[in-house]
Amino acid sequence: MLEVSGLDVLLGDYQALWGARLAVERGEMVALLGPNGSGKSTLMNSVSGLLRPRAGAITFEGEPIAGLPAHRIVGRGIAHVLERRRLFPYLSVRQNVWLGGYHAAARGAREAEYQRVAELFPIVAARAGQPAHTLSGGEQQMVAIARGLMARPRLLMIDEPFLGLAPQVVAHLTEAIRRINRDGVTLLFIEQNVELALSIAARGYVLESGRTVVDGRSAELLRSPEVRRIFLGG
Amino acid sequence: MGLVYALIAAGLSLIFGLMELVNFAHGEFLMVAMYVTFFAWSLAHLDPVVALPLAALALAGLGWAVYHGIIRWVLGGPMLAQVFATFGLAVLLRAGAQFVWGVDFRVVKDPWLAGRVSLGGVFVGLPQLAASALALAAFVALWWFLARTETGLALMATAQDRQAAALMGIDTQRMFALGWAIGSACVGVAGGLLAMFYYVFPEVGGVFALIAYVTVALGGFGNVPATLLAGVLVGLVEVFAGLLISPAMKYAVVFLLYLAVVLWRPLGLFGRF
Repeated sequence: MLEVSGLDVLLGDYQALWGARLAVERGEMVALLGPNGSGKSTLMNSVSGLLRPRAGAITFEGEPIAGLPAHRIVGRGIAHVLERRRLFPYLSVRQNVWLGGYHAAARGAREAEYQRVAELFPIVAARAGQPAHTLSGGEQQMVAIARGLMARPRLLMIDEPFLGLAPQVVAHLTEAIRRINRDGVTLLFIEQNVELALSIAARGYVLESGRTVVDGRSAELLRSPEVRRIFLGG
Repeated sequence: MGLVYALIAAGLSLIFGLMELVNFAHGEFLMVAMYVTFFAWSLAHLDPVVALPLAALALAGLGWAVYHGIIRWVLGGPMLAQVFATFGLAVLLRAGAQFVWGVDFRVVKDPWLAGRVSLGGVFVGLPQLAASALALAAFVALWWFLARTETGLALMATAQDRQAAALMGIDTQRMFALGWAIGSACVGVAGGLLAMFYYVFPEVGGVFALIAYVTVALGGFGNVPATLLAGVLVGLVEVFAGLLISPAMKYAVVFLLYLAVVLWRPLGLFGRF
């Protein structure tokens, strides 16, 4: 479904990705792992069009999308939930979620989609009129994912969904993400906590210093000495 | 007058709120709007009230062209490049007006709305009264557009987080151009209203722009509703300072108020950011 190969990305003068690669099959749930600054977010931002790669290929459902602007890529069926949720702080929860269905391909079924995400995340209905910045971190994350789903994506990418959340909230969110995946949306997410990420995802990719160093099924990665070296420095 | 100040300031505030960029040519945009109104009257015999949509449209076009011709190219650049780009545009427009139209003061003679009316014993100039009402109407229209339309919502989303907005499928470049067009249309309406009772000359933008910056800073940069309140406040302070102290001192009092607010609340009276 999504294939990334040989990706070089510059952030100013600094090269953040060196030939990174990644492949996600339809219906999968894949974790993108790696220490701080390893280029996970840069990779995700390049897929969604926020960054323009210098070299390499990104194809989605067989078509090249590298270099397209972000507002066009969402119409192709990829939604991206940014790190730290990035809701529109002074717009209401309802307006935030509603804007998720802004692009032309999602507008037709907007009302029905809104009902569906409000059912999946009751917080959307409960806090509809409240400005987004008044919500707690966990609530904001749910609204951000609801907003992403409004785009009716076939691939949903979430950057650090569990960052700074309490354990009960993590459990709740994990359940919601599993359900989204079961409903047919392919999922790619970034997470620093290897054990947590691989307990949710079926497969994982590990980045280190801008390169894809290991990938495999979750059970293999958990046993891999390479993964242990990267995350435990052992 | 406060409502007209507020409308000028709203245009400035809208553009700033959208892209953290101060348009130093805002006063010159006002000057252009006043000339558009004047020439609509002197060449086509259109009354300023009739020419108002024309002035708004002309300025919206100017704002759109300035965004695509200049601003777009300096957005990624250093702050100073942005300052000099709009400041240079201000100098160009002012000098261009002097060159093409000369330095004479021009006045729209015998507009439809003239004379005074008595409001509970206080005499108010009819043009001023009409200007206030129309400025308020423009404000309501702006508010309606921002709060009640899909495009207005997309514009506010772009102002609050342009990356997240792009991920919603919003073409942020188009929103920026639209913001410039709408912000400039505000000043177009304000210029058309002012031309009913104020002289038109190349430097006319100066004092109004200065008051607009004060108004925006008073309300809090990028906060459009607060700009309305700040504009009314500035207008009232100006009138009462002129009445109670001396007409020559009215702007001094306005700027003193500005200094006090900035020292006391640097983000403005209703500031966020």
